[in-house]
Amino acid sequence: MSDSADRVIYMDNNATTRVAPEVLEEMLPYFSDYYGNPSSMHNFGGQVGRKVTEARQKIADLLGASPDELIFTSCGTESDSTAILSAIQSFPDKRHIVTTRVEHPAVKNLCEHLYSLTGHKHKVTQLPVECDGTIDLGKYEESLTEDTAIVSVMWANNETGVIFPIEQMAAMAKERGILFHTDAVQAVGKIPINLKKVPVDFLSLSGHKLHAPKGIGVLYVRKGTPFAPFLIGGHQEHGRRGGTENVTSVIGLGKACELAALRMDEENTRVKALRDRLEEGLLASIPHTLLNGHKTDRLPNTTNISFEYVEGEAILLHLDRFGICASSGSACTSGSLEPSHVMRAMGVPFTAAHGSTRFSLSTYNTEEEIDFVLEHLPKIIADLRTMSPFWEEAMKAEVVCGCNCKKN
Amino acid sequence: MWEYTDKVKEHFMNPRNVGEVTGASGIGEVGSLACGDALKLTISVNDQEIITDAKFKTFGCASAIASSSALTEMIKGMPLAEAEKITNQDIADFLGGLPKEKMHCSVMGREALEAAIASYRGVTLPMAEGEVVCECFGVTDLEVKRAVQENNLLSVEEITNFTKAGGGCGKCHDRLEALLHEVRQDKVQSAIPDRRPKRMTTIQKIKLIEEVLEREIRPTLRKDGGDIELIDVDGDIVTVSLRGSCSSCMKSQTTLKEYVEKKLREQVLDSLTVEEGRA
Repeated sequence: MSDSADRVIYMDNNATTRVAPEVLEEMLPYFSDYYGNPSSMHNFGGQVGRKVTEARQKIADLLGASPDELIFTSCGTESDSTAILSAIQSFPDKRHIVTTRVEHPAVKNLCEHLYSLTGHKHKVTQLPVECDGTIDLGKYEESLTEDTAIVSVMWANNETGVIFPIEQMAAMAKERGILFHTDAVQAVGKIPINLKKVPVDFLSLSGHKLHAPKGIGVLYVRKGTPFAPFLIGGHQEHGRRGGTENVTSVIGLGKACELAALRMDEENTRVKALRDRLEEGLLASIPHTLLNGHKTDRLPNTTNISFEYVEGEAILLHLDRFGICASSGSACTSGSLEPSHVMRAMGVPFTAAHGSTRFSLSTYNTEEEIDFVLEHLPKIIADLRTMSPFWEEAMKAEVVCGCNCKKN
Repeated sequence: MWEYTDKVKEHFMNPRNVGEVTGASGIGEVGSLACGDALKLTISVNDQEIITDAKFKTFGCASAIASSSALTEMIKGMPLAEAEKITNQDIADFLGGLPKEKMHCSVMGREALEAAIASYRGVTLPMAEGEVVCECFGVTDLEVKRAVQENNLLSVEEITNFTKAGGGCGKCHDRLEALLHEVRQDKVQSAIPDRRPKRMTTIQKIKLIEEVLEREIRPTLRKDGGDIELIDVDGDIVTVSLRGSCSSCMKSQTTLKEYVEKKLREQVLDSLTVEEGRA
């Protein structure tokens, strides 16, 4: 619907990101000039192999990992599936998995459908979250049993940006000899990660969330962790993932990780300041507006705000008219009929869940763009509210939030 | 992203008749905040039973707002007797169509209109008196049956697209399947000309299909070294398996559709569809 918008203001970086120009430049020669197979014996392929090794090193540097702990995959979802299914194969007698109610479908749906894949019934504990999206470590500790094969908890939530205490959680699993996987797709490149200090066994990342292309992912497997491959084929990745490497994307991801390391400060200062400016501006100028998620334990680029009594898709399409790209946890945008499982897990009231709107920024955003959103969004919300049959009623009676905690 | 028609986009961006008619003769309120969409329709009706004004307030997505706007445009100036005949498909057609997952928005429009007319007449709507089958979205069996009937729905997924029933926890899917069969069965019966048995149960249907297979289809196929076996009859869908030389024949699909299906439609039911199943 952005027919009339002559520019794009992209604030949906948790969905996907622009391939950085530096990344594209690094990739291009490997499509046409240096197209060799990195496994080949001749130097034409060998030089590509060396470039892949270089890229692997750059990715390892961003994570504080060793290059041989990384396995290239096709996407974050493949990394998640590989890790969880590997752990289940490694511990065939253990039939319990711990995860959370707010995981990405890549983990959530896999855990819910393990029976059809493994033929075994696994008990899956989906840990609840508090209404600010954080996790109760006490409940987590209680959930760990002798029968637990693996814990899979995301590092940061895609919808709210809330960061989980992965270092502590991984340590608690490790003490009990339980494998720990984290889906760090949203965290890598946005916050510092050092796997020398954080004792996770598996970590998933996805290239297109940090300015590399779509179609490349990585699974980190800590040295010494039992591992069973998901894709079986050739000797690539030391037999841990068959299939010719997606060379250009691997090179692109290497460059993107190098850039992410360089821009980490900017992400956590300038981008964070832009996010805060947007968030504070919207909360101040639009009444009946709630912040979804913990205020500080959060990615620097993400804000998720609910505008009560209006519906998310309508907000997005009006924003789209101005070329502003955002996303929503409303039912209508997902194609399902219920609002996002994250909003429901947090107990966001229905009055607000359908109107939840996520803005996720990147280093490419500017202050001017933030001001543009602040200029146009209040009127969009006001217009939609005039049209909403619930707004007038709500104005008459003070609405009580069903949640115990204080939101703004 | 949804592919909306230009007319949907236009009515969403510039909705007509937003608000409430003062001193309304009829009010129709459907949907709820929990469900994700809701519509309040107010109408005024004059002595000649003509709708002189109509306004709406809607909470919902683009297609919900566009459907509401379209509805008010359609009914303004319309005699009540005519407005009563408006179907959800009429609303969707007015907008140049809706994505299939959004058809429930047009159903919401039709329901609000009915509710408004009922409130004007001071009567209770029969639909609300049905038994709730989908608890997530509060949809009754009467509403489901009506949607199936009017829109010729063929699957539970389509029921969800049109009524939202079954779109939440999914516990009611079996019940929806049963309602679907019930209505389809009625439809099938009313479509059969008199020379065929008045009521046909699934068992009768299977028997008749077997008879035709045995009497006409099998002998023909056997001439070419082929054979056919009936695997299942599910509503109007007949699953068969081609055997012998038919199973490897390049033209087996043509045989299935042009010959087997045609014969079964002629002699059993003209709504049957023949599909090949791998036994």
